[in-house]
Amino acid sequence: MLWYTGRRVLQMIPVFFGATFLIYFMVFSLPGDPIAALYGDRPPAPGVIEQIRAQYNLDKPLIQQYLIYIGNFFQGDLGTTYSGRPVSDVMAGAFPITFRLAMLALVFEAFAGIFVGLVAGLRKGKWFDASALVVSLLLISVPTFVLGFLFRLVFGVQLGWFRTTVSSEAPWGELILPALVLASVSFAYIVRLTRASVADNLNADFVRTATAKGLSRRRVVTVHVLRNSLVPVVTFLGVDLGSLMVGAIITEGIFNINGVGGTVYKAIVLGESTTVVSFIAVMVVIFVLANLLVDLLYAALDPRIRYAK
Amino acid sequence: MSQTLTDTTPGGIEYDEQPLLQIRNLEVGFQTQRGLVPAVRGVDITLYSGQTLAIVGESGSGKTTTAQAIIDLLPGAGKVTAGQVLFEGRDLTKLSAKDIQAVRGNLIGYVPQDPMSNLNPVWNIGFQVEEAIKANGLAQGKEARARTIQVLQEAGLSDAADRLKQYPHQFSGGMRQRVLIGIGLSARPKLLIADEPTSALDVTVQRQILDHLDTLTRDYGTSVLFITHDLGLAAERAEQLVVMYKGKVVESGPSQEILANPQHPYTQRLVSAAPSLASRRIQSAKHANAGDAVIFGEGSLDDTLVARAADRENAAPAKDLISVQDISKVYRIRKKGLRTDELRAVDGVSFGIQKGTTTALVGESGSGKSTVAKLILQLESITSGAIEFDGQDVAGLKGKELLKFRRRVQPVFQDPYGSLDPQYSVGNTIVEPLLAHGVGTAKERQARVKELLDQVSLPWASRFRYPSELSGGQRQRIAIARALALKPDVLVLDEAVSALDVLVQGQVLNLLTELQTELGLTYLFITHDLAVVRLVADNVCVMQKGRIVEAASTDNVFDNPQQAYTQELLAAIPGGNFQFGR
Amino acid sequence: MPNKRGQAHFVAELEDTPVAAIDRLDESHKARSTWADAWDSMRRRPMFWISSVLILIIALVALFPGLFTSVSPNLDCQLSNSNGGPEAGHPFGFTRQGCDVYARTIFGTQASVTVGLLATGLVTLIGVVVGSLAGYYGGWLDAIVSRIGDIFFAIPTILGAIVLMSVLPAATPTSVAFVLAIFAWPQIARIMRGAVLTATNSDYVMASTALGVSKFRILMRHVIPNSIAPVIVIATVSLGTFIVAESTLSFLGIGLPTSVMSWGNDISQAQTSLVTNPQVLLYPAAALSITVLAFLMLGDILRDALDPKARALR
Repeated sequence: MLWYTGRRVLQMIPVFFGATFLIYFMVFSLPGDPIAALYGDRPPAPGVIEQIRAQYNLDKPLIQQYLIYIGNFFQGDLGTTYSGRPVSDVMAGAFPITFRLAMLALVFEAFAGIFVGLVAGLRKGKWFDASALVVSLLLISVPTFVLGFLFRLVFGVQLGWFRTTVSSEAPWGELILPALVLASVSFAYIVRLTRASVADNLNADFVRTATAKGLSRRRVVTVHVLRNSLVPVVTFLGVDLGSLMVGAIITEGIFNINGVGGTVYKAIVLGESTTVVSFIAVMVVIFVLANLLVDLLYAALDPRIRYAK
Repeated sequence: MSQTLTDTTPGGIEYDEQPLLQIRNLEVGFQTQRGLVPAVRGVDITLYSGQTLAIVGESGSGKTTTAQAIIDLLPGAGKVTAGQVLFEGRDLTKLSAKDIQAVRGNLIGYVPQDPMSNLNPVWNIGFQVEEAIKANGLAQGKEARARTIQVLQEAGLSDAADRLKQYPHQFSGGMRQRVLIGIGLSARPKLLIADEPTSALDVTVQRQILDHLDTLTRDYGTSVLFITHDLGLAAERAEQLVVMYKGKVVESGPSQEILANPQHPYTQRLVSAAPSLASRRIQSAKHANAGDAVIFGEGSLDDTLVARAADRENAAPAKDLISVQDISKVYRIRKKGLRTDELRAVDGVSFGIQKGTTTALVGESGSGKSTVAKLILQLESITSGAIEFDGQDVAGLKGKELLKFRRRVQPVFQDPYGSLDPQYSVGNTIVEPLLAHGVGTAKERQARVKELLDQVSLPWASRFRYPSELSGGQRQRIAIARALALKPDVLVLDEAVSALDVLVQGQVLNLLTELQTELGLTYLFITHDLAVVRLVADNVCVMQKGRIVEAASTDNVFDNPQQAYTQELLAAIPGGNFQFGR
Repeated sequence: MPNKRGQAHFVAELEDTPVAAIDRLDESHKARSTWADAWDSMRRRPMFWISSVLILIIALVALFPGLFTSVSPNLDCQLSNSNGGPEAGHPFGFTRQGCDVYARTIFGTQASVTVGLLATGLVTLIGVVVGSLAGYYGGWLDAIVSRIGDIFFAIPTILGAIVLMSVLPAATPTSVAFVLAIFAWPQIARIMRGAVLTATNSDYVMASTALGVSKFRILMRHVIPNSIAPVIVIATVSLGTFIVAESTLSFLGIGLPTSVMSWGNDISQAQTSLVTNPQVLLYPAAALSITVLAFLMLGDILRDALDPKARALR
């Protein structure tokens, strides 16, 4: 396990630098005037441009620029927003809210997704399975923002069960509706994945052997079928974190939540590119780290990975 | 067909003693898109306590389905559609899910076929054994742990206590099979169903495990229902025999009687095809001057052997067509961390093959025999030594020279399901080498395909078929036809018949012998199965751990083995010395 | 009495158990390739026909929007119709600008489908080429390509697209498709590489090598045809997800400019009048969802038909 962990961490390093460099490169070195692009439709006063070029080290070679940027990044200097506030400050304020939202969504998609997927997999071809499949296909094909509007309209405006916007402290209760929206697509994918995995494992030789041992059906299903089906689901959760982040931008935008996603949403809509880039760079870093965590979890769940040389 | 021994009620005459297991007119079907497909059609089996009964049949005969139906282990689409499974007088097919669960493990144990896939990879061994012990109410808590160790030790894992926390992938195949046997016998059931428990293992390991299983079941007084494709194994291990064919019982009764006096044509075929130490080399029908095809001829055998020997002596000391001189192959294996380890897969191997003869390379898994094949075929490069073909050093051949060599030395691989491209029709498969070497016009190539299909006894119409529509034996014949397309001198047959049912295997071996005589081919025959070697080889090299431990003529190796390892291999052949009904 | 305990020697009636010739070719059915086999199983499923017909209609709408409506989506807008309900000739009602929702939905198809098709084409092309070269030739080529893939894989597609779109000048369907493809190719490359690796290590490739078939010919004739099935499945599903991605970018205001009619833009603009006039959102959203659904269903059916495991069970 130690070797595995060490190797994964080592493998992550080039990915980390490569991904951050890629983002940096896209913003500051692509054809077109980055400063003009950063300022969108409002051109800055002449003279300011040189000042900004120096401020962003754009007069230096690309690699050096990047190294300065990444050096600052490690010191917690994530850049400033359009209004001049340090990104790290905004992050500190917004992160807890987004964390709560993401946790709610994760818990919902994982538990409900695995449960529905398990039941559907065990009753493959029956009505429950068929309806689970239809619902999951529908959830995947309706974009998150449409679903967000619909949920807000139906549960917020028409039925009045939830508040349509979330207050600035974002208590747990108000986050339930946005979390359901956020979780919807991943929920559908988890249902499909668990279902396929359960149906596969049900036909596995070791499940037949477990039955032949004299175990109860319940034990066979939980200890052998479900336990083994969790392995692909956990790996999926890692990759899925990316869509959860995008989902957070949209959901927090729609429900007006002051989290990380909501801040990015506003910055995108207002055309504040510096803020967008700084936040997304942080998100990518979180994504890379979270995937490392998921890989370790994967190894914990599957001894064949853990002991692999 | 009515003999004195044959009773009108199939399955046996009613005696005072109640049979432990009585299967009556069992029918099992599988639900498919095209409706219910019958897999078992009216099977009758009777087994008394303390006895061992073997069900013998080829793949698709319904033997495994029958066994699984007993304790309701059929896969989802399978259903018992008629008949009874009486266990101590109770019909198991009528039991509720809860009641059958109580029968499983406790009264009827089960040992599955493939040790690699039958243990759950994510739980440790101790957990999986303990689970069975607890489920059958044998012990709870701390006691269960002690019982687990005991069960594993009895199954032959002496260091069980230290290995409880290890996972299946850390165990060898033989070890896993011991664990599965331990689980199957943990509750001391009255009946053990053993479904091909050793087919995936090496012969020497197979023998150890079966011997151990015999001892255990005798000690516990357990009856055994033994499922196997191997008549030799059945003859050796079971006193009762049931021969199944296409879902039906064709012959059943006491083993000795059936083997000595097989009545049904199918059983007769099986008995005569079963390779054993008593078998002799297959002679080509033409070579043996027989009018019609002799399957396993004995008649003129000695004469021909003498003639052959004389031929060889008269001829000047023939040069070897293939000469392998002290070759080695070393692989670097990454160990934990940065260290690497050397694996000497082939370690100083030398042998020669004369034109027109068959040399067998025999060994168990990991002996390096298949690596030798790949080295000779130039699919991998040798680390040291030299390989000469027709007087020319072939190591490191490139471009045109390599292509020329490939034309003359062709392979046939083991897995009939993997060695043909599933997207290529039979015709395209056979024509591919001709295209690659730019041989002939389209018309000539077409004619050649026809000729080749003819040589392997497949109809011309089969050229449109795809591999998924063919049986294993047919695929292997296609592979042979493809290998012959360029009129090579040498065929390297790497376990080419190992995956085939015994009758099909016999057929392919016959075909190979015919082709050898007809075309003057030289064979390098690589196999783990000594019994087959006797049927086809002139010379044998026995390999162990990358080295050749014994090399001699086939008769010498079989009649007068010099090395302990060779003797062990010979002794491990199932039913080795059994004289099948002739 | 012989056999006191045990079975008597039983022999089945020969008429009841005829013995067939050993290993005779079964000629009872017609010869079928794996693709013909897959087609055979697909065409028996109603879902296949439903999704195919849907896709066909969508393609027609995208190519010839004028066939489906005579109302102009831009020019016939009258503010007096603002947020008007359905009426004769305008079955879906009007937007806030008084434009016909039906006409806008019809004309929005082209941009969305173009992005989806183009992005899928690009991703498949890059993924197949990169994946097969890496998997087949291995070594340093594989190492470098795989590491580069890892880096792009570490940036979630839409996050990367957000960054790139927010610095790029005016977007077109082509540029949106390129941006999505830049971040999405590693998925298909990974799948292709895995499939190629399996095929390369198969016995039939070894057999062809030993037969003297050239390395490149083996790649083109054996390895790629046997590895492409999972890519086809994923590409079909991706087509739908790319359409969703485009609409998400348009919704955020950094996708297609508002001058280009697309479902994403219409949905985005609908949010202002959502409460009073939900149909403005509903119709373009429904069109988008139905399109995505059609490709998802087709992907599922392809997966079932091409999956060798599923085939073995038939």
